[in-house]
Amino acid sequence: MIEFQNVKKVYQTKKQTVEALKGINLTVEKGDIFGVVGYSGAGKSTLIRLVNLLEHPSDGQVIVGGKDLTKLNPKELRAEKKKIGMIFQHFNLLNSKTVFDNIAMPLVLSGTPSKEIKERVGELLEFVGLSSKARSYPEQLSGGQKQRIGIARALATNPSILLCDEATSALDPQTTSAVLQLLKKINKEYNITILLITHEMSVIREICNKVAVMEGGRVVEQGSVFEVFAKPQTDIAKNFVRTVIHDEIPQSFLKNIGSYIPIIWKINFIGTTSGNPLLSTISKKFDVHLSVLSANISEIQETPFGNLIIEVTGNKQEVDKAYQYIKDEGILVQEVQING
Amino acid sequence: MGNTLWGMEITADQLSTAFGDTLYMVAISLIFSGLIGLPLGILLVITRKGHILENKWIFNVLNPVINILRSVPFIILLVALIPFTRMIVGSAIGTNAAIVPLIFYAAPYIARLVENSLLEVDKGIIEAAQAMGATTWQIIYRFLIPEGLSSLILTFTTATIGLVGSTAMAGAVGAGGVGDLALAYGYQRFDTMTMVVTVAALVIIVQLLQSTGNFVSKKIRRR
Ligand SMILES: Nc1ncnc2c1ncn2[C@@H]1O[C@H](COP(=O)(O)OP(=O)(O)OP(=O)(O)O)[C@@H](O)[C@H]1O
Ligand SMILES: [Mg+2]
Repeated sequence: MIEFQNVKKVYQTKKQTVEALKGINLTVEKGDIFGVVGYSGAGKSTLIRLVNLLEHPSDGQVIVGGKDLTKLNPKELRAEKKKIGMIFQHFNLLNSKTVFDNIAMPLVLSGTPSKEIKERVGELLEFVGLSSKARSYPEQLSGGQKQRIGIARALATNPSILLCDEATSALDPQTTSAVLQLLKKINKEYNITILLITHEMSVIREICNKVAVMEGGRVVEQGSVFEVFAKPQTDIAKNFVRTVIHDEIPQSFLKNIGSYIPIIWKINFIGTTSGNPLLSTISKKFDVHLSVLSANISEIQETPFGNLIIEVTGNKQEVDKAYQYIKDEGILVQEVQING
Repeated sequence: MGNTLWGMEITADQLSTAFGDTLYMVAISLIFSGLIGLPLGILLVITRKGHILENKWIFNVLNPVINILRSVPFIILLVALIPFTRMIVGSAIGTNAAIVPLIFYAAPYIARLVENSLLEVDKGIIEAAQAMGATTWQIIYRFLIPEGLSSLILTFTTATIGLVGSTAMAGAVGAGGVGDLALAYGYQRFDTMTMVVTVAALVIIVQLLQSTGNFVSKKIRRR
């Protein structure tokens, strides 16, 4: 649906040259809710703005729905843009127009008959749950309501892609959650592919199925959300995961280990609510002793995601067998190194 | 001829004619300078770097030209434009003759004010318009102008008031108007009453314009 092929973006200002993107390769499949996470200045906004040509790539190609938008003439480009909705951190609604007129705008621009506009805007208002606000002005709405209007406006022309640039960053946690659920509903009901960027891992956890982590103009890690949450490879990804999943080894344990090197495993369960059956099976089957250092369950896309950190003691052979057993069960297990 | 009023050397007829002349000059020159200044102001906004019609050439020519015109005092413009005025209206003297320099004076002024008003419009809104696939023209009249309207109204209020003031100087080419009366009778002939009445009239006109402008602008913003 959206494909970045070795995309580079250089900003040339009088004083300096900024390499905002240094060769991005990324594929967003149809139906994905694809999240891009990164710290400020990583190049996230630049990346998303390339999709609807708010920025032009300096090098490489962005293919959207099979087309390279840079190769289109202005008329074709405008037609393609109607298939790509976008919502913004600061909503970007027209303060001089009513909620109704704001949502109607994309339709007015393409010359839709007013009767059709009325119907469509009515539908959209209902979908975002703000039918009663049709005659209000944006100033009279809360942030969450404004973003709903932004969403309704973005959906007006029945796009197949929705771009979200920090769409919830100006909202409080509760409102954020409500807006994210709305995005999820859009993805499910209309089968709209969503590309969103954020600096909050909790947003990714709540609705995304895939994630890319950006740092310094590069995608340093990407994969399914489960993969990245369970097995972050890079330090930055680990930091991001840590902001939502607490799986630290307790300090008290680390203090008491003395000179011996403990064997510690991190086990992730997806979908089941507890690791207990597994642990009891292991201690029955193998001559190992297990003690739980940390256990928690969080939700990723409403699926329970268990995080278990255990210390294993026993002779090496038995320990290795147990490890293999867990792996064979198709459960994600990895050894944790303790350094320092 | 008519009767004098309140001990002034001028008649009520003269006063009302002067009012009519002022209104006429302000209205006509406002219309024309608006027709010139508004598009120029828009051009100054959209051709600047990073805007929807970025164009170094247009911007870098327009910008200093407007500055130069703005820095010429009206009275000099009035004299300097005499040959041109004669060509356009057939005479360098009279109410119509004053309108030409008034337009030259007000148009760049309006362009600059319009520019300032439209620069206040949030760039995010233009971005949203671009994301929707709006044409340049659509961005101007569906996004820029409606969003800047409240501010534009204040701009035109300021321009109108500026024009009222300038018409007074246009008396130098026999343009007539309230300001001309104030100068000719009040100042040059020491007719204090005429001076007071005409100045009071000008003050009232300006006050009325300003409060109407403020009211309309606020009304739009409040919605
Ligand atoms: N128009 C521009 N001109 C020059 N440099 C720019 C421009 N836009 C972005 N940059 C630079 O490109 C880099 C990436 O910016 P970008 O806005 O994509 O980051 P971001 O990940 O979205 O950050 P944030 O979370 O703060 O929004 C930054 O160093 C920024 O200064
Ligand atoms: Mg950004």
